Amino acid sequence: MTDREETFTKVKALIEPFNKKGVALTETTTFAGDLEWDSLIVMDFVASVEDEFDILITMNQQAEIENVGQLVDAVESLRNDG
Amino acid sequence: MTDPDMVPNAAPASHNSGGGRDLFSKFDPLIAERQALLDTGVRDPFAIVMDEVHSPVLATIQGKETILLGTYNYMGMTFDPDVVAAGKKALDEYGSGTTGSRVLNGTYQGHKECEEALKEFYGTRHAMVFSTGYQANLGLMSTIAGKEDYIILDADSHASIYDGCALGNAQIVRFRHNSVEDLDKRLGRLPADGGRLVVLEGVYSMLGDIAPLKEMVAVAKKHGAMIAVDEAHGMGFFGANGRGVFEEAGVEGDVDFVVGTFSKSVGTVGGFVVSNHPKFEVMRLVCRPYVFTASLPPSVVATAATSIRKLMHAADKRAHLWENSRRLHQGLRDLGFELATKEAESAIIAVLLPHQDKTVRMWQALLEQGVYVNMARPPATPAGMYLLRCSLCAEHSSEQVGRILDMFAAAGRATGAIA
Repeated sequence: MTDREETFTKVKALIEPFNKKGVALTETTTFAGDLEWDSLIVMDFVASVEDEFDILITMNQQAEIENVGQLVDAVESLRNDG
Repeated sequence: MTDPDMVPNAAPASHNSGGGRDLFSKFDPLIAERQALLDTGVRDPFAIVMDEVHSPVLATIQGKETILLGTYNYMGMTFDPDVVAAGKKALDEYGSGTTGSRVLNGTYQGHKECEEALKEFYGTRHAMVFSTGYQANLGLMSTIAGKEDYIILDADSHASIYDGCALGNAQIVRFRHNSVEDLDKRLGRLPADGGRLVVLEGVYSMLGDIAPLKEMVAVAKKHGAMIAVDEAHGMGFFGANGRGVFEEAGVEGDVDFVVGTFSKSVGTVGGFVVSNHPKFEVMRLVCRPYVFTASLPPSVVATAATSIRKLMHAADKRAHLWENSRRLHQGLRDLGFELATKEAESAIIAVLLPHQDKTVRMWQALLEQGVYVNMARPPATPAGMYLLRCSLCAEHSSEQVGRILDMFAAAGRATGAIA
């Protein structure tokens, strides 16, 4: 598995506890639209992603992230920065 | 065949005559939810009118004398004779308003006196009065942290803190509510360059819980951050001088900015930031929510200054407020209500209810009994909670607290909120 695939798998696992509707997760699954998350779930989820990868995703960066693929890219880039 | 959804509504549902999308359509789900609630026959919890106000704790609402238990009027200063007299005098001597910005024609002697009163109350070198507490937070957050800087805030922060962040250009990082460990971890992950401002609140107003400021301030200092504490709901009755939770926690020397409001314990309207930072006064030139708005009317700053000075010597009122808060908390627990905190941590006691319908019915039953409380719902509340929020006042008599508990018992049983 490439690093990105590994990150994708980990992100998917982190989404599951919040995936109440059992939506099938792909690169293009959106958080607000497909998963129907509100701001409170987003907060909890982002915190769990930050702790898993030991990174920070600022609210400014979060505003640009709409789907799973974008989040995986952001996580990859933040890990490489660190 | 006619699709009922396609029939034009007789009511003026939209005003988009040009064929473009009605900008208000985004609010349709909220409008529908609210209408469905009102259609059940309940009164609108967000449209109460106080027809007459008799004291800090008593008003007439729709012809009924009602005990006020949701006003944040913690110290009951709104009808204090000295406070009212100071306002009347200023109104006579300085007129009804300044019609100007603090930095142009809007600073009167009364504004400076009010800032002097704040400096004495807080023991700080600088004090800056804003037109509301909301603007004080808006001003501090948006001004002092630039694009390269980080603001680290509690997830349950007040809307004015979030909005101040949105107005500015700083990088915003959130930590889990009141978690010292979470704050520590996030500060540890920040890049070495760039300024850091940690924003905390003494009392979080939705649940009435207080922050572990001693531990949080220690962690923020360890990582070289500046610290702002919002004491909107702590001023007046925490700490030996009533400065707030940060005074009680013994961290006065480590807090860089204290933000506060006049619309709670002080009993009027307005906001402030106090600080010992040697360059603090430059804020008056660069802080847009301070510069680009009219200053408070002379009567308001006169009432605020008088009230603040009286709050310095209000030990008896503080003691009674704490007695009231602890008694209401214990009494509601004994009745079987679920409360947001184990003990009374502040003068806010939040009753947790399972969903909107039951919350509104309970709220209305209380109003019919003769007690007004605040209803709070998501997104203002954390974790999707529905709350009936009570805030005690030092002017509630022991007898009134007893009556409040009787009314909660009756309303709770009538609505099935308690057995």
